[in-house]
Amino acid sequence: MNTMKKKALMRLAANVRMDILTEVYSANSGHPGGSLSIADVLAYLYKYELRVDPKNPDDPDRDRFVLSKGHTAPALYAILAESGFIPKEDLTGFRNIDSYLQGHPDMKHTPGCDMTSGSLGLGLSAAAGMALGAKHQGKDFRVYAICGDGEIAEGQIWEAAMFSAHYKLDNLCAFIDWNGLQIDGRIVDVMNSTPIDEKFKAFGWNVQLIDGHDFDQIEKAVKCAKETKGKPSVIIMKTIKGKGVSYMEDKVSWHGAAPNAEQYEQGMAELRAALAAIDE
Amino acid sequence: MSDKKATREAYGEALAEFGAKYDKLVVLDADLAGATKTATFKKAFPDRHFDCGIAEGNMVSVAAGLSTTGLIPFASSFAMFLAGRAFEQIRNSIGYPHLNVKLGATHGGITVGEDGATHQCLEDFSVMRTIPGMTVICPADATETRAAVEAAINYVGPVYLRFGRAATPVLFDRETYKFEIGKGVVMADGKDVTIAANGFMVAIALEAKELLKADGIDAAVLNIHTIKPLDSELVCSYAAKTGAIVTAEEHNVIGGLGSAVCEAVCGKTPVPVLRVGVQDEFGRSGKVQPLLEYYGLTAANIAEKCKAAIALKK
Repeated sequence: MNTMKKKALMRLAANVRMDILTEVYSANSGHPGGSLSIADVLAYLYKYELRVDPKNPDDPDRDRFVLSKGHTAPALYAILAESGFIPKEDLTGFRNIDSYLQGHPDMKHTPGCDMTSGSLGLGLSAAAGMALGAKHQGKDFRVYAICGDGEIAEGQIWEAAMFSAHYKLDNLCAFIDWNGLQIDGRIVDVMNSTPIDEKFKAFGWNVQLIDGHDFDQIEKAVKCAKETKGKPSVIIMKTIKGKGVSYMEDKVSWHGAAPNAEQYEQGMAELRAALAAIDE
Repeated sequence: MSDKKATREAYGEALAEFGAKYDKLVVLDADLAGATKTATFKKAFPDRHFDCGIAEGNMVSVAAGLSTTGLIPFASSFAMFLAGRAFEQIRNSIGYPHLNVKLGATHGGITVGEDGATHQCLEDFSVMRTIPGMTVICPADATETRAAVEAAINYVGPVYLRFGRAATPVLFDRETYKFEIGKGVVMADGKDVTIAANGFMVAIALEAKELLKADGIDAAVLNIHTIKPLDSELVCSYAAKTGAIVTAEEHNVIGGLGSAVCEAVCGKTPVPVLRVGVQDEFGRSGKVQPLLEYYGLTAANIAEKCKAAIALKK
């Protein structure tokens, strides 16, 4: 990836992170940790990968994106705003009674949101259904989904994994946000979902393990997924929960808590500094 | 009423018939295609039938995804494993986003027979009708099943259709029968009491009317094939006209047709309502007829309840 492209992604991801922080701070509620950990992959997908058009969000031939870990809606709304699907000023209405930006994604009221989610374990199946629908109708759109590393304790994830391999859904690419934390603690302590790669391999998937904050690795993995025929792909991303906001990084307590005014200012200052540093 | 056919048989045949007419129609099953009769569709359209294996939750969410690509999926299993096992997937993947998915649930009620309580779903009307925007239908015979399937295909939104395992009399003429979602059917007029039934119990309600006639009682019989949205107008007009209602359903008396009828009449035309159904119990193994008798799902019991309801008037 050339420097210009990478810097554009870094700028976008930094803006997404500031949006996430602003949403959760405005609502005084929400899930910042797991939203910040997927900011980089969302920046890559929406800037360089997904065949989507904010002027025609319901195009039947568009690529689809399913946020299976729906509690990280702030990240989805942020990238939709940065990509022109929804007005950026709407973000401060997140979780408010007057806003369409629900606590978890609502496809009926949010332009660019392809699937309602929030109840964990359901999104990967819905994504598989979309991928099957594309294949059945001879359409060439691709389907991307992001699941959490805690979410994959849900049995339905493995039902979907079996189904996707059985129907050879090579137009489906799932990401696992392996940040290592869930609400009750570290995943290895609460319910150890590792080894994630061996499980998906056993289910017949093309498996890649990458650093989820490295745009070169993300680009390469997505390219490999697109070139893999006859089986679905999963990209397991090692990430840092709370990435980009120092006091939130790798802290369980920031799974579902909002920053106070002081913490918000500190986080925004850190992200603004990171943004400024990109072009230095 | 000479012919008898299980509504699940008619369901499979309807899917196969309408598969030719509606090219967006696809069918999902969870390893029960032979029993749910979606195998009839599979035989006609093998590349439009997707077996999901024994994983109903995944099947329902897959159907949700499929529907967003413009297809019209029918997802099938036994009522117990759709409305029961996959309730949350139906509620969150289909109901909340109001997606165009049809749930073809067979083996509803106690007439499942020998398989017993684990397979006899007596709660599906109740849980399905509490989902906002969900349409809930239980056809009375093979003809109505065919018509309901086509109506569901043409309706945009989620529909739960309940079919039975056991054969039941064919009540309607295929050439002339007109079906409309949410519109009850007056099977027989009457002035003393109204029997509101659905599914397997409609034919039995008609038998009850004959028993009552011998005692000089003139009972109306309504076929309330759509439990939601309920035809409140028809139910309330018969409440006003006859002054007493008996409901009859192959379901727990809690939450199903009986409850829906009570909810409809209580605010508008309050009259005595007695509910024939399974009295808050689980099912059990047995043959169909002995099971119907064991749980009081008989013409004799409906007739008795009609007399009791008439006695409660005023």
